[in-house]
Amino acid sequence: MSASLPPVDIPAALEAMAEVLRPLLERRPLVIGIHTGGAWIAEHLHRLLGIEEPLGTIDISFYRDDFTRIGMNPQVKASNLPVNVGDRHIILVDDVLQTGRTIRAALNEIFDYGRPASVRLAVLIERDGRELPIQADVVGASLTLKPGQHVKLVRKQERRDMGALELVLQEAGA
Amino acid sequence: MSADLQLDEQGRLRHFLTIEGLQRQTILDILDTAESFISVGEREIKKVPLLRGKTVVNLFFEASTRTRTTFEIAGKRLSADVINLNPGVSATNKGETLLDTIGNLEAMHTDLFVVRHGNSGAAFLIARHVPPHVRIINAGDGRHAHPTQAMLDVFTIRRYKPDFARLKVAIVGDFLHSRVARSLIQALSILGVPDIRVVAPKTLLPVAVERLGVHPCHDMYEGLQGVDVVVMLRLQRERMRGAFIPSEQEYFNLYGLTREKLAVAREDAIVMHPGPMNRGLEIDSSVADGPQSVILPQVTNGIAVRMAVMALVMGGQPQRPREGG
Repeated sequence: MSASLPPVDIPAALEAMAEVLRPLLERRPLVIGIHTGGAWIAEHLHRLLGIEEPLGTIDISFYRDDFTRIGMNPQVKASNLPVNVGDRHIILVDDVLQTGRTIRAALNEIFDYGRPASVRLAVLIERDGRELPIQADVVGASLTLKPGQHVKLVRKQERRDMGALELVLQEAGA
Repeated sequence: MSADLQLDEQGRLRHFLTIEGLQRQTILDILDTAESFISVGEREIKKVPLLRGKTVVNLFFEASTRTRTTFEIAGKRLSADVINLNPGVSATNKGETLLDTIGNLEAMHTDLFVVRHGNSGAAFLIARHVPPHVRIINAGDGRHAHPTQAMLDVFTIRRYKPDFARLKVAIVGDFLHSRVARSLIQALSILGVPDIRVVAPKTLLPVAVERLGVHPCHDMYEGLQGVDVVVMLRLQRERMRGAFIPSEQEYFNLYGLTREKLAVAREDAIVMHPGPMNRGLEIDSSVADGPQSVILPQVTNGIAVRMAVMALVMGGQPQRPREGG
């Protein structure tokens, strides 16, 4: 966990992502964050973009492709999509894009709520290691890591501001 | 009966046979998982792909409408293929044994059996004999256990009264024949409910019922005094041939839940019943349909709770061994 990670200025990255997304506002987009880190990022983008309709959050546990292998995470949170997604333009938000499997699961889940007009993907970090043909439309920062290294977004307790977000590097097996 | 049979080496649920011996955390995991399945039932497409490609057989040797239907819906909302069998009227009538029936269905690549049987221990017997990739859920065995009903009851209680450590719960009615009551008492005890009362005539209470950690009581006004939750049990008319109660009218007068008797409970007390109800026998219609009744939410919650139990026992299921040829 102490190995070094290239510095990422998270507040600046979030501001930059919001600027890239701003032209989409004329389509009245809905913002949906993926639990847990993606929901934190989505909260900030939702606020920076000044979107009035409520933020949606989804937990993809029921759509994972490794369920039969690893079973269910009992910490699963309820998905909460307060606005009908049918015919709407969606900004789907996650913290880290690596294999693409989470996004595949999230897309399947969103389509079980309705048929959106379009889905854009915004991620704070895109890194190497894609296993599916899925790419982000808006990226905060790009990283290349060694095999076995994982980057994880954490948030300081009891805080919701952008400065409370931090990226940590995890080594497999450490 | 060993509870270890239902857990794997990591202490995860492999089968779901009884509440007895479960860790508090396991029960809370089921409740939390069920909570997230509630939202699946409220959306446009009420289905998630967790058990896609899995085969679930509902094997009901005893009649049931609510339990079988909610298990069927739960399995279908998890995308499993669900088959309902009522072998009481086919195979066993021709002399096939329980394990032969299971063996045949297992040969059809069943992954999960949901079993109801009139004999206590039937689900345990099956769980001991199936190969490791097959899962068993007990949907009621004789007078022994009905663990998913207990889970949906505590789930419903938690939605209205989240603080188990302060709860007063009265369970009223026929304990002698009730697997629901036994499982519910175990679940409430594990969750730390400090005050569990059982209210019934002496003829319908097992001897030494106190050993379950409950306070027996023979008077409704005393038993319901200040409680947060009233759970009514069905008076099993079909088993009342003996001298259990003098008459149905007298039972209703003494133990039937009326508005008058409910008035001694807390003002915000909830009323539950596992169904099917005998209106005018153990419960008055004005209470069953009244503002404190959560009997229909219990049914809805039963689907989410059964989805949670099915998902938890099926997760991490080892692969079925590949067959030659």
